[in-house]
Amino acid sequence: MTAAVAVGVLVAGGAYLVLQRGLLRVVLGFVLLGHAMVVLVLAAGGDRGGFALPGNGAGAPADPLPQAFVLTAVVIAFAVTVYLLGLLRAGAPDPDADPDDDARGPS
Amino acid sequence: MSALVVAPVGLPLVVAAVLLLAPRSTVLARVLGIGSTGLVVVAASVLLARTLTGEVPVVQVGGWPAGIAVVLALDAFGALVLLLTASVTLLGLVYAVGTGEDRDRTFTPLVLVMSAGVSGAVSTADLFNLFVFVEVVLIPSYVLLTMARRRQRIAGARLYVSVNLLASTLFLGGIGLLYGVTGTVQLGQLAGVAADNAPAALAAALVLLAMGIKSAVVPLHSWLPGSYSVAGPAVTVLFSGLLTKVGLYALFRLWSVLFDGDRRFLWVLLVVAVLTMVVGVLSAVGAKAVRPVLTAHMVSQIGYVLVGLGLSTVAGLGAATFFLVQYVLVKAALFMVGGAVEVRYGTDVLSRLGGGLVHRERWLAVAFAGSALALVGIPPTSGFVAKLQLATAAAADGPWWVLLAVVAVSAVTLVSMLKLWNGVFWGDPPPLPAPARRASATLVGPPLLLAAGALLLGLWAEPLLTASTIAGGQLADPSAWVAAVTR
Repeated sequence: MTAAVAVGVLVAGGAYLVLQRGLLRVVLGFVLLGHAMVVLVLAAGGDRGGFALPGNGAGAPADPLPQAFVLTAVVIAFAVTVYLLGLLRAGAPDPDADPDDDARGPS
Repeated sequence: MSALVVAPVGLPLVVAAVLLLAPRSTVLARVLGIGSTGLVVVAASVLLARTLTGEVPVVQVGGWPAGIAVVLALDAFGALVLLLTASVTLLGLVYAVGTGEDRDRTFTPLVLVMSAGVSGAVSTADLFNLFVFVEVVLIPSYVLLTMARRRQRIAGARLYVSVNLLASTLFLGGIGLLYGVTGTVQLGQLAGVAADNAPAALAAALVLLAMGIKSAVVPLHSWLPGSYSVAGPAVTVLFSGLLTKVGLYALFRLWSVLFDGDRRFLWVLLVVAVLTMVVGVLSAVGAKAVRPVLTAHMVSQIGYVLVGLGLSTVAGLGAATFFLVQYVLVKAALFMVGGAVEVRYGTDVLSRLGGGLVHRERWLAVAFAGSALALVGIPPTSGFVAKLQLATAAAADGPWWVLLAVVAVSAVTLVSMLKLWNGVFWGDPPPLPAPARRASATLVGPPLLLAAGALLLGLWAEPLLTASTIAGGQLADPSAWVAAVTR
């Protein structure tokens, strides 16, 4: 239940930001959407608690497969986000940004 | 045998790493890049010959037991797409010598990584590995897109990266939901799951939506013209042959395996396919330069391929496979001709070119004429055979409006190909100053070769028709592939 609410809030916030004008907000929106998917995939492994190690004494171990998925996906999403931030700074200023958006810095 | 399946993924990756470590040398990059891609083409040809007999070569990478190992497997459809993408990569690398794009030292390694990703995506039997391989394709493409020294490149790259990041996020969400419902991401174990399990169908639909964005299906296509128009000529050729094709391959594979060709939803695919054809071809009518016309037609041709998927009969899937192969080759030739004109005259805007290039660029004009006829579907080119196959399959099993769209869109395609022919090649000698040197063989050779291939595939269509019919049969009934990857 907690996971479902968390995914809902993250997707709502991410979708709101992605629909904004400035590219920086769009990038932050993608970060939120990415986190939402991370929580979703983790929740897809079921709600068995405990570490993903057999024999840690805390009942059934959690499903390790979604954790491995998430680890891979986080790395990829992080790399692409950083590249997108690089594109935000590179070259011409973002034509869609608000005039009072000072996040771009001097260019 | 197992080395052959792994080589198309592993070899380009190793060569890319070697090239990045080796001292800077354009000659070394050319030799290793073209050589290793040539080897991949050979491996893909051998694999295709094996798969056409019905065999499905499988590798459990690392020798892990099935269910844990990374599984690579190829059936006839996979091997055909592998051979196609490897050939386009090979010719694209040769063409890049002509345009001078490969003088950037990261160009060849990036292209090799991209081709490794494509090979992995067409041979993997695991949904999550498909996600990873698609990212392996995309991340080099983000860099390649910004390589051309164009004014709009940053804006185009922002659009392209954002759209693909969104599609990847949706893809991941779909995989997560599918895993939550079924407890596995192995495609073999997921066979037919979406046909009789509604939550799984919804999750799989999310995956298909993400693949629809990546393959530029209307109404998810509007990113394609904006981003492809900022890339360099050789990069555009490679993108047109590799990127959206991975999305199309995944749509075919997932529809065939997950949905088992479920007939309840076929009308959705047919509506999307016809919309893609019509919207693509109409947006080409208004375009005023060579490359925008060609990218708009790319959208329209994707619609043609999807018609075969929407029919989901053996004839339809076979026709779509044939269409896919010939259209990728023809499209690459057209992009090469457009890029060569751009490289030699500094522009591809029709009003600035002013026509008449047939007097100076005879071989480019021949290559354009041949491939444009194939794109329209005039006999005796391969496009005619492909459209005839598709129209026959649509007439046999589809609604009447699909057949109408197949024929009408061809007529409109003719209009914009004539516009390009008149605007670039036909007429009085051009007002533009002639370039100092003659066009190099690496610039003109690849498109000529592809145009000759289009003619050959039309006159002697039997081998490819046989192969694509076998591939279509295996897509319509994927049980051999499923059995092989779950063994």
